[in-house]
Amino acid sequence: MKLHEYQAKGVFAEAGLPTPESELADSADAAVEAAERIGYPVAIKAQVQVGGRGKAGGIELADDESEARSAAEDILGMDLKGLHVDRVLVEEAVDFTDELYVGVTMDRGEGRPVAMVSTRGGVDIEEVAAEDPDAIARGHVDPSFGMHPYQAREAVFEAGVDREVAMDVASVLTTLYRLWDDRDATEIEVNPLMVTTDGEVVAADAVMNIDDDALFRQEDLAEMEEEAAGDDLEAKANEYGFDYVRLSGNVGIIGNGAGLVMTTLDLVDYYGGEPANFLDIGGGAKAERVSNALDMVFSDENVDSVVFNIFGGITRGDEVARGINGALEGFDELPKPVVVRLAGTNAEEGMEILNTEVVEVEETLEAAVQRAVERAEEVDQ
Amino acid sequence: MSVLVGDDTRVVVQGITGGEGKFHAEQMMDYGTNIVAGAVPGRGGQEVAGVPVYDTVSGAAREEDADASVVFVPPAFAADALLEALDADLDLVVAITEGIPQQDMAKVYKRLSEVDTRLVGPNCPGVITPGEAKLGILPGNIFSDGNVGFVSRSGTLTYQVVDNLTQRGVGQTTAIGIGGDPIIGTDFVDALELFEGDTDTDAVVMCGEIGGEDEEEAARYIGEYMDTPVVGFIAGRTAPPGKRMGHAGAIVSGSGTGTAESKIQALENAGVQVGDTPEEVADHVEDIV
Repeated sequence: MKLHEYQAKGVFAEAGLPTPESELADSADAAVEAAERIGYPVAIKAQVQVGGRGKAGGIELADDESEARSAAEDILGMDLKGLHVDRVLVEEAVDFTDELYVGVTMDRGEGRPVAMVSTRGGVDIEEVAAEDPDAIARGHVDPSFGMHPYQAREAVFEAGVDREVAMDVASVLTTLYRLWDDRDATEIEVNPLMVTTDGEVVAADAVMNIDDDALFRQEDLAEMEEEAAGDDLEAKANEYGFDYVRLSGNVGIIGNGAGLVMTTLDLVDYYGGEPANFLDIGGGAKAERVSNALDMVFSDENVDSVVFNIFGGITRGDEVARGINGALEGFDELPKPVVVRLAGTNAEEGMEILNTEVVEVEETLEAAVQRAVERAEEVDQ
Repeated sequence: MSVLVGDDTRVVVQGITGGEGKFHAEQMMDYGTNIVAGAVPGRGGQEVAGVPVYDTVSGAAREEDADASVVFVPPAFAADALLEALDADLDLVVAITEGIPQQDMAKVYKRLSEVDTRLVGPNCPGVITPGEAKLGILPGNIFSDGNVGFVSRSGTLTYQVVDNLTQRGVGQTTAIGIGGDPIIGTDFVDALELFEGDTDTDAVVMCGEIGGEDEEEAARYIGEYMDTPVVGFIAGRTAPPGKRMGHAGAIVSGSGTGTAESKIQALENAGVQVGDTPEEVADHVEDIV
């Protein structure tokens, strides 16, 4: 789960990190009022979760009321890399001399967190890493020992941060690590951490991603999730408890197990179709989950056909078939053609039970995908 | 004959009193696995599925001479259960639990480097040596005894490819589900090392997926150290960047690391035949063995 900038800044401020004064606004009027309270100049920033907002026109500076109004009008309602902007953060603009990068992320290959500091903030840190890896000082942290202030100082001095602010930057890093640890973050970064003309440091942006598997013990952060959700169908998938990702093609996909569903998507592409989604209904296939999954895929207007692929392991194929039949009872005719393939334990019995007046059946994964791709092409014409 | 588990493996089931734990303990016994005990705090002295339950893993291991455990403990308590198992001087711990917080796993991973116990998982279907024993939730009936080693990050994809092999009469020495999480115990390189050292394994199938760089590391290992032929498959060629595809570890980063292309390329450079479809994987294996 990714927090919005304003949400992450709230968490940062509460932890004692220096953040600029800011207010959230959902209209040009509200943005101007906020700017008046904060005092000009201000930055008006789109609250959508995409990288490179600035370059894409999602951040503008305003020196007075008319500039603030026109900036807010420009940004509110705009489409930023596919996401609709309905809120802006109005923020005190800071005069700065340097832009630094400070962050903590999980190094999955090492199985432990890594803290990073660079004097080349303000740009995508992954680009810096690719161009000039030495420009980033890295320090791995033993998670059972934690990060101690000396380790933060080592990273900061190694990065070559100006000694006037080095201790402040080290303190920011120590606090970020504490947040990372306490709040089950998988990634946390300040980019840029601005050094102001007064020689202070301020977190001008904030990124904080929380481990979905730890939300059960981060209740206040979990409550922010609904606001952070993007796509309507993805929000619906959350409600049904499915792992779901929406794509841009026209062949809907339902299956069980992440690896097998990904493979089904790849096969749709391999046989000349375009996958519309990833949907993993998980273990078993009770009628209710099957009908929820069909509801999801049918309600995606891009979908022209559906492939439903279940490999029954411990779950028996005949039980899955009964689940599918039960879910299909509500339809006289399906809104979109569905091709089913069952495999594994009791698959043959399952195939016999399936109501083939409503769904098509194929014996292999490859055949089912090819058939669904054909049906999508027919519908498309 | 096999790696990791066999008919002499003596197994403790952690979480045996839960629905999943009890069901799969029975399934494992039906398959022939030597389940000797359960471990559930506060439930010592009871009997479940015909085996004694102990309050602690070390108690179970000591009293029943166990050398392996399978963990079905819910995610919030799983890391503690894993640490307990790592302290009980077992040879092998198989963690089935899906959804363990990453920071908990980072602490387990650290501890793992300090003990001699091997961890498989978490978020995995387990390990099976066909005809001898299974530790986990794999459906035993689709596997058959043979000479192909199998290692995969995904459960149902394993079943799909193994089923294709078994239907062609190609059996397996051992199949290892290493799990779909970003932080796991046994990785591809560890599993490949085991198969390379097993005289009965004549070929290895390795099913990877997007995310991380384990497959690239495996390719380096294969290129440098392996004589046993390897056939590969990588899931997630069509996955968009920045989206978690079901598994917590299956994510292509925004900057483009962890892509299927990079993994396929690395494996092919190391001489691995990579199938475009599960059927093609079975074709390649059939050609070899």
